[in-house]
Amino acid sequence: MSHTLIALVENKPGVLNRVASLFRRRNFNIESLNVGRTERPEVSRMTIVMDAAAVEARAVEANLYKLVNVIDVQDVTGQAAVLRDLALIKVRARPEQRAEVASLAGIFRGHIVDVAADSVIVEITGTEDKVESLIELLRPLGILEMVRTGQVAMMRGSGSGVRYTPGANGHNGNGVNP
Amino acid sequence: MILTGAEILWECLTREGVQVVFGYPGGANMPIYDAMLSYPVHHVLVRHEQGAAHMADGYARASGKVGVAMATSGPGATNLVTGIATAMMDSSPIVCITGQVHAHLIGGDAFQETDVTGITLPITKHNYLVTRADEIAQVVREAFYIARSGRPGPVLIDICKNAQIEKTEFVYPEKISLAGYHPPEHAPMTELQKAARLIAEAERPVILCGHGTIMSGAEEELLHFAVKTNTPVASTLLGLGAFPASHPLSLGMMGMHGEAYCNLAIQNADLLIALGMRFDDRVTGNLRTYAPRARKIHVEIDPSEVHKNVRVDVPLVGNLKSVLRDLIPVVDEQDHPAWLQQIAEWRAESEQRDILAWPDDGKLYVSHVVRDLWSITGGGAIVTTDVGQHQMWAAQYYPLERPNRWITSGGSGTMGFGLPSAIGAWFAHPDQEIWTVVGDGGFQMTQAELTTAVNEGANIKIALMNNNFLGMVRQWQEFFFEKRYSAVQMRNPDFVKIAEAHGVAARRVLKPEEVAEAIAFARATPGPVLLEFRVEQEEAVYPMVPAGADLDNMIRRPIRKKMAEGQPVAAPGAGD
Ligand SMILES: Cc1ncc(C[n+]2csc(CCOP(=O)(O)OP(=O)(O)O)c2C)c(N)n1
Repeated sequence: MSHTLIALVENKPGVLNRVASLFRRRNFNIESLNVGRTERPEVSRMTIVMDAAAVEARAVEANLYKLVNVIDVQDVTGQAAVLRDLALIKVRARPEQRAEVASLAGIFRGHIVDVAADSVIVEITGTEDKVESLIELLRPLGILEMVRTGQVAMMRGSGSGVRYTPGANGHNGNGVNP
Repeated sequence: MILTGAEILWECLTREGVQVVFGYPGGANMPIYDAMLSYPVHHVLVRHEQGAAHMADGYARASGKVGVAMATSGPGATNLVTGIATAMMDSSPIVCITGQVHAHLIGGDAFQETDVTGITLPITKHNYLVTRADEIAQVVREAFYIARSGRPGPVLIDICKNAQIEKTEFVYPEKISLAGYHPPEHAPMTELQKAARLIAEAERPVILCGHGTIMSGAEEELLHFAVKTNTPVASTLLGLGAFPASHPLSLGMMGMHGEAYCNLAIQNADLLIALGMRFDDRVTGNLRTYAPRARKIHVEIDPSEVHKNVRVDVPLVGNLKSVLRDLIPVVDEQDHPAWLQQIAEWRAESEQRDILAWPDDGKLYVSHVVRDLWSITGGGAIVTTDVGQHQMWAAQYYPLERPNRWITSGGSGTMGFGLPSAIGAWFAHPDQEIWTVVGDGGFQMTQAELTTAVNEGANIKIALMNNNFLGMVRQWQEFFFEKRYSAVQMRNPDFVKIAEAHGVAARRVLKPEEVAEAIAFARATPGPVLLEFRVEQEEAVYPMVPAGADLDNMIRRPIRKKMAEGQPVAAPGAGD
């Protein structure tokens, strides 16, 4: 089952290495890892997607939490959250095929963002499923190159959903019984 | 106050209460060594940086304080690595301070540049690369706090040479705040009540006591809890000493070389109460058949240990001492007469097989020597060990009544640990009797520290169990490789001469009747003393759970009836 974790980490050199090293050392299989800035300059935010059983997801959470530079970790799997993935897909397209690509992309609210003589770049943002679907539709035309950001996630509602002071919510392991 | 980075380092170390550091100088930490001369800190010049890390570790385990080791960049730092990994596996609080090349040279493969924070990333609780003098005070403050709090562990600070030399205003940070570091203290009442319910329902409970009990100083709470619930206490190798071995509820050591009755109790339990232990493979054996009928409560400060090896029913995450304090009033008094009776029967059967029950056959056995040491020292010495058969015999035959007096490399099983950890322990308790029990193999790995012991006048006694074999590996070859001995015979130097060349008084002991006198000699001679015991060469440690086997599938010591006739030990029969 796919699990999505949000980790807030200190924006310091080497922190990404610590997280990556942890995944390697503990043999955690990560599907995607996205890192970026947040509303606070001293804090970066990671979104980690992994295909794992609940026990393993919990182990990742607990191990991340052990890193001194990790401020908070939250498993947002199955919670009311906005999940987005951005993809740039370069598709083989002669001029007469551009309209077809544009209309396929349009169904998913994607756009053509670059046009060359025999190719176009499609940009799409959405849930992973939606991005996958467009990719499958474009595949017969010939995908020359593709890049995806990996999923980012944010809880719905006005609360930030993210605890800058951890210890609440049982993420220290108490009462957790996967 | 304007100070150099190196001076700031010493200002901070003295404020942390550091009185002794174990280390070795080199190009990249010379400013630190220069500044040291102006501070009231005793520096112990080791003979190999591995020794420095083990000494800091031994010091930490004996004192409960943070031990400090120092080394230069490159090879100096990499020589620390084994000691850091050892401290990490056993959650020992040490701070290692290494010199690093100039910040502007980093990444350029400068002379003696090694990526030390990279190398030590997975074997430290946390580490720092310091590139500026004005970072030092904050980093040192954090490092000591992280090393000793929560689940303790090693922290490494790699300080660039320019940061040691640069001058800056020294401001001691009175407070530290680490956004992402909040060790849990108490477990919630709802969980405590769930645990209390399981305890009330249990008919065959066993407490599994680990190193965490000692690290959190919870031995009184443990005693109170065990007595109130009438629950027998099994210890891990590192948990020994937390619960008095002479107490009727004590089951001694569990696991691969644990007492048979202890392992049988665990396998037949209906409730395991794990305290500050992590279900290591050496104590569980085959996980699929481990304690199959037992529900499990796990008191643990590190949430990542919960459900890691064994799925538990009630995790109580917090500081063991606090959790036990909270739990004791919630549990009811219990009585388990049938269960304790059953365990007593298993115990009686084990005692029959015990090598101590053997009549004297004129041979020298490590177990007998250790038991003599125990009775002569009144069980009161601080004992450190190396790794191998002698370590297991020391664990089995030097029963402990008190914590922080048993120092051994458990999780990592690091040969070479015995001698330097004893020196470290001596700095923690110079007034106490300190013995290290070592094998002929491991002793030679850090034997150079004999000089350190002499130079420091360390009053430590070395019991070297010379079987001319890498005994534990030999035992495995005997049991599991059809006795095909491969690279385990040791052609050794003359250990008495080696000791004497270092200025260490030494005796060789060949016969059982010489043991007591030699121990008396060692105790009466001030400073380091080495006793070489020429012990039985092919003796095996029993009982033994083969790696990965079911915990109750032990190779037992054969019952020896014709001992007086000097019959050889029968081949071990598995699973009896
Ligand atoms: C640094 C290191 N290398 C190898 C081993 C593997 N090992 C474990 S026990 C052992 C034999 C130890 O022999 P010795 O020191 O003579 O002690 P004995 O078992 O004979 O008591 C070995 C080689 C180890 N634990 N540590």
